[in-house]
Amino acid sequence: MERDVAHEAETDWEEIQASLEFARLRKRLRNFVFPVSAIFLLWYLLYVLLADYAHGFMSTKVAGNITVGLIFGLLQFVSTFVITGLYVRYANKNLDPISDKIRGDIEGAAK
Amino acid sequence: MINLAAPVEGSNPALNITIFAVFVLITLVIVFRASRNSKTASDYYAAGRAFTGPQNGIAISGDYLSAASFLGIAGAIAINGYDGFLYSIGFLVAWLVALLLVAELLRNTGKFTMGDVLAFRMKQRPVRAAAAVSTLAVSFFYLLAQMAGAGGLVALLLGIESKAGQSLVIAVVGILMIVYVLVGGMKGTTWVQIIKAVLLIAGAFVMTVWVLGKYGFNLSSLLQGAVDKGGATGEGLLGPGKQYGASGTSKLDFLSLGIALVLGTAGLPHVLMRFYTVPTAKDARKSVVWAIVLIGIFYLFTLVLGYGAGALVGPQTINGAPGGVNSAAPLLALELGGPILLGLISAVAFATILAVVAGLTITASASFAHDVYANVVKKGKVDDPNAEVKVARITALVIGAVAIAGGILANGQNIAFLVALAFAVAASANLPTILYSLFWKRFNTQGALWSIYGGLTATVILIVFSPAVSGTAKSMFKGVDFHWFPLQNPGLVSIPLSFFLGWLGTVLSKEHNQDKYAEMEVRSLTGVGSEKATPH
Repeated sequence: MERDVAHEAETDWEEIQASLEFARLRKRLRNFVFPVSAIFLLWYLLYVLLADYAHGFMSTKVAGNITVGLIFGLLQFVSTFVITGLYVRYANKNLDPISDKIRGDIEGAAK
Repeated sequence: MINLAAPVEGSNPALNITIFAVFVLITLVIVFRASRNSKTASDYYAAGRAFTGPQNGIAISGDYLSAASFLGIAGAIAINGYDGFLYSIGFLVAWLVALLLVAELLRNTGKFTMGDVLAFRMKQRPVRAAAAVSTLAVSFFYLLAQMAGAGGLVALLLGIESKAGQSLVIAVVGILMIVYVLVGGMKGTTWVQIIKAVLLIAGAFVMTVWVLGKYGFNLSSLLQGAVDKGGATGEGLLGPGKQYGASGTSKLDFLSLGIALVLGTAGLPHVLMRFYTVPTAKDARKSVVWAIVLIGIFYLFTLVLGYGAGALVGPQTINGAPGGVNSAAPLLALELGGPILLGLISAVAFATILAVVAGLTITASASFAHDVYANVVKKGKVDDPNAEVKVARITALVIGAVAIAGGILANGQNIAFLVALAFAVAASANLPTILYSLFWKRFNTQGALWSIYGGLTATVILIVFSPAVSGTAKSMFKGVDFHWFPLQNPGLVSIPLSFFLGWLGTVLSKEHNQDKYAEMEVRSLTGVGSEKATPH
């Protein structure tokens, strides 16, 4: 805990929080995670509701024994993998550089 | 569930026990080696934060893929077809909540437990106590389900018929779990989970390729096989509705379950605690990516295994076998590779239970020692740093003893609702509080307490008065009926209620700690001052 105490003594958190750089980091994070979370939760909810209340549609055969429902289910896997990939790329490119810089500045100043 | 005690026909109990004993021996050696460098609290709770992202990702999948995932989902697909598949989708999509909203911010802000994050900018003692109560509740329900499940599984695989014999096996599971946790701490537990995850995923992979090979790697032919074996209602396996489509209430129940599954995962304390075992938030992100890939692939395997069991073994044989639905995957292994593959898969299933219960025990003991003992009882002033770890170890012993006793008492009960209960509590009591405290500036102590206790109380009350506990032939208490809540899964009511209470409690209180809020937000987004890995 010693390190924390040292930080509290020397770091003005409110000043950093109010800085333009930090505001940009927060905006970039929220601009990605909030809309994307809303999209995947709605997409999942649509799937659950269709599986729950549209049995006929979901049981329609598309090719052989492959039904609409099976394709929908597998698309949930695909969308999960795709969103994971997109987020990692976004975070590496747009979030990490700013947060690394802010952290470097604070930890440099505290030493 | 008739004649649960007889082993699966064609099973060789001696072989099963031997394979399992080899697993226990190897993991024990690893746990003892892992314990050599384990001294500080950070070592015991968080493995010195020295695991890499990929290692932790594999351990997370080992922690998450419980016997319910493997035996339960494969069995549900074999019997109910498409409806069984729905579970795995909820369990997987849930990880996006953890990836996008929770994992990295939590790793940056906390030290060992969920309470670290929730109490960061609140009044320490009440919020930590609430976080510990909810952590212990979720862990206990989950633990009980796993332990009771172990009794049935062992009956099925090892042919132990008497209740006394099964109780002995539950006790052995509990004692092994205590040894893993006490000796190895988080490091030992993590290695057990890694080994188990590799075995489980490899085993499922081999069986999946084998099943697909029998059908010329054509999924449609495999489905046709399942339809043919399914008899008059076989066609229904291909679409939804076989399990949950019966009535308006059962459809609503499914919606409720679906919501609890997707929101519960990121509130499970034993999952959250795993994010502390890596050195940085970036490694936490990598862990979740690995976990999503492994868990996703595994659930695709269970889709094939479930329909494969339906096609090659058949629902009648599965339902008639000891263990019922849960025996689908073991029976498929027997059908494919004879007693040796059955023995291997049985050992993997058993190892699964061991690894999951060890993870739960260390989480519950950490929450008690770190949140309740060190911060509520001692008010954050523990002079001897070893004292907290000592309390954690004693707690692990107590939890182990309670789990053994509870597992013996619950043996043979309908335990599926315990897992649903654990997920519902995690989704109702924990997730709203975590999200509010990470993202909502105004959130305060009263809001946190209302959402935790409100969500927890609502969930438990709704379960007690649900058809899972009384009023139907499958209820826990047969012959009495005191249920008034129509759904088995309370999430549809309890999750929105907890979000609402968190908001209401917050706006009715004037408390706001601007300084701590600034510190928490800066730290959570940048990782300043986050706990570092301990060098050895």
